[in-house]
Amino acid sequence: MSTHTQSVSTAREDLTENEVVLRVTGLDVDIRTPKGVLRAVNNVSFEARAGRTLALLGESGCGKSMTAKAVAGLLDPVADVTGGTVVLNGTDLAALSPKQRLKYAGPELGIVFQDALTALNPVYTVGTQLSEAFRIHQKLSAKAAKVKAIELMRHVGIPEPESRVDSFPHQFSGGMRQRILIAMAVALNPRLLIADEPTTALDVTVQAQIMKLLRDLRTESHLAVVLITHDLALVAEEADTVAVMYAGNVVETGPVREVFGSPKHPYTRGLLDSVPADVGRGADLNSIAGSPPELHRIPEGCVYQSRCPLVQDVCRAIRPALEAEGAGRTVACHFALTTANKELDHV
Amino acid sequence: MLTFLRRRILSSALPLLVVILGVFALARLTGNPASLYLPLNATEQMRADFTEKNGLDNPIWVQMAEYFGGVLRLDFGESLRTGESAAAMALRAFPATLQLAGTTMLLAVVLAVIVGSWAALKPNGIADRISSFISMAAASVPDFWLAIMGIWVFAITLGWLPTSGVGGLDAWVLPILTLLLRPFGVLVQIVRGAMVSSLSEPYIKLARSKGASEFRVVTRHALRNAAAPALTVAGDLAVGLVNGAVVVESIFGWPGIGKLMIDSILQRDFAVLQAAVLLTAISIFILNILIDLGYAGLDARVRPTGKPRKASKTGKATAAPAKERKLHVQTTP
Repeated sequence: MSTHTQSVSTAREDLTENEVVLRVTGLDVDIRTPKGVLRAVNNVSFEARAGRTLALLGESGCGKSMTAKAVAGLLDPVADVTGGTVVLNGTDLAALSPKQRLKYAGPELGIVFQDALTALNPVYTVGTQLSEAFRIHQKLSAKAAKVKAIELMRHVGIPEPESRVDSFPHQFSGGMRQRILIAMAVALNPRLLIADEPTTALDVTVQAQIMKLLRDLRTESHLAVVLITHDLALVAEEADTVAVMYAGNVVETGPVREVFGSPKHPYTRGLLDSVPADVGRGADLNSIAGSPPELHRIPEGCVYQSRCPLVQDVCRAIRPALEAEGAGRTVACHFALTTANKELDHV
Repeated sequence: MLTFLRRRILSSALPLLVVILGVFALARLTGNPASLYLPLNATEQMRADFTEKNGLDNPIWVQMAEYFGGVLRLDFGESLRTGESAAAMALRAFPATLQLAGTTMLLAVVLAVIVGSWAALKPNGIADRISSFISMAAASVPDFWLAIMGIWVFAITLGWLPTSGVGGLDAWVLPILTLLLRPFGVLVQIVRGAMVSSLSEPYIKLARSKGASEFRVVTRHALRNAAAPALTVAGDLAVGLVNGAVVVESIFGWPGIGKLMIDSILQRDFAVLQAAVLLTAISIFILNILIDLGYAGLDARVRPTGKPRKASKTGKATAAPAKERKLHVQTTP
């Protein structure tokens, strides 16, 4: 991390490490489609703590991004939060009107978007876009906000910020644009940072730099980070806790080390087995047979029943609730204990 | 910037030349002015004298060469009707058209931006459906019919507005309404489409994530991005207004360039017709250059940097999409 300026991103005095910053409980998100109302996120609960990273892990379409957008209040017009609470520092964001929420967007909660290449507005200079948060929330003058923008750019490691502040997004590389997006998200020193696949669009070397930047910001200001990703390796490296999502439901949560070390849900197990590790050249890679159910065909019982090697009649009838399984871990499976000990046959 | 302007002016020269030649030739197809300007019982000798005096007895290429010689000295000839300088007559009529067209475009753009944005906020919502109906109707009504109906209803039956002329503000109402409807209708559709797509761009979510209010999101972030396609079409419509002006100015007796053109065609006043068409053509080229500068003002990605382009454009087409107008794209690795 380059020069550190006093006015930008210093630790919030009101935050202590490991304190719960965000508690999501029983979150439901419905999407209105021509085919009817679909449940994209079902009864999702998790918590994010200051100075820690929680990973929301899952395949594309599992509802992890939708969950992030619901928390940030940025759902598309066709999607609605229909149940549950999103408590950020004592306030239930889900109960606020869109207008009331504006107050929290920036000062309390920042979000970094997936596609750095298109997320910036092409017609404004990065300086103007970085200044916007200060103009809106702190009512700063254009001049004062620009000074802040330059400090922010320096803070996230953009060289020569004084001259680059008047450049347009297309004049920056992908990695630099992602740095600018991160700078915007942390501009007002929020408690919570949601990073929605922040490195998906970037080169591997740039990915590492961006993750380091996020890590540094988290450490220095006790940020609670929610990392949305499908990348198991990224979760293993960056996250403290993980919530595994499947077909709109959280199926397993816990400390990353433990969940990855001894997965209790057959889906988590399947995901980890799919990582090519000791597979010889020419041998088939492991994969989970089948594909996730479509949103309008989610079955009665367990969401994973169609692909689960352990499936029994009870799984088809009753959806298992997320229940505590050992210290700090939860799992939604009728056969959680069995899974942990049994070798699974993947067809 | 200067290179850009110089290139545009050079590339405009050829189409201008074609316009002058075309009008020159076409005007002479209307017949010999002698039969209009001389009394019915004029002798053959009088006709021959008139023709010779006005240089109409020479072969057309000689006439053309003489005319071009004049144009190069900025001498556009004299009116057969009044003997006045043709250029002076065209320049005198032009401001009236410019005022009418300018006011109309300004109103059309402002109204279309408001209605189009309002419709785009909720695609397929009630506001969208109403504005879609109104704008389709507005874009489809023929202007001459509307002008005549307007005179019949508001001037003759109700007596609220004058039938024609340029007196007070009330004289502006019918001509502007007549000219306004089509650009308004088309622009509403364009603004709505551009706003719907720009409101679904990722940068809108980014703006919301910074706590920007709905008003700020729409006006600052979405509209600015939707402006380029609207500008393209507005430019095209502004050119179309000149055509509309010919009809509307004739119907309402508005002393603009359109009426001057019609009058000079009817009276075979060749020099005046040529001067009026040339002035209109030049103003359209200037408009096109202004539109290009407008793009550059809106979006840094299409700002000219003075590097030569391979393909030269005639400057005639106004509806080229923004992408094709990209002059030089800067990228920093």
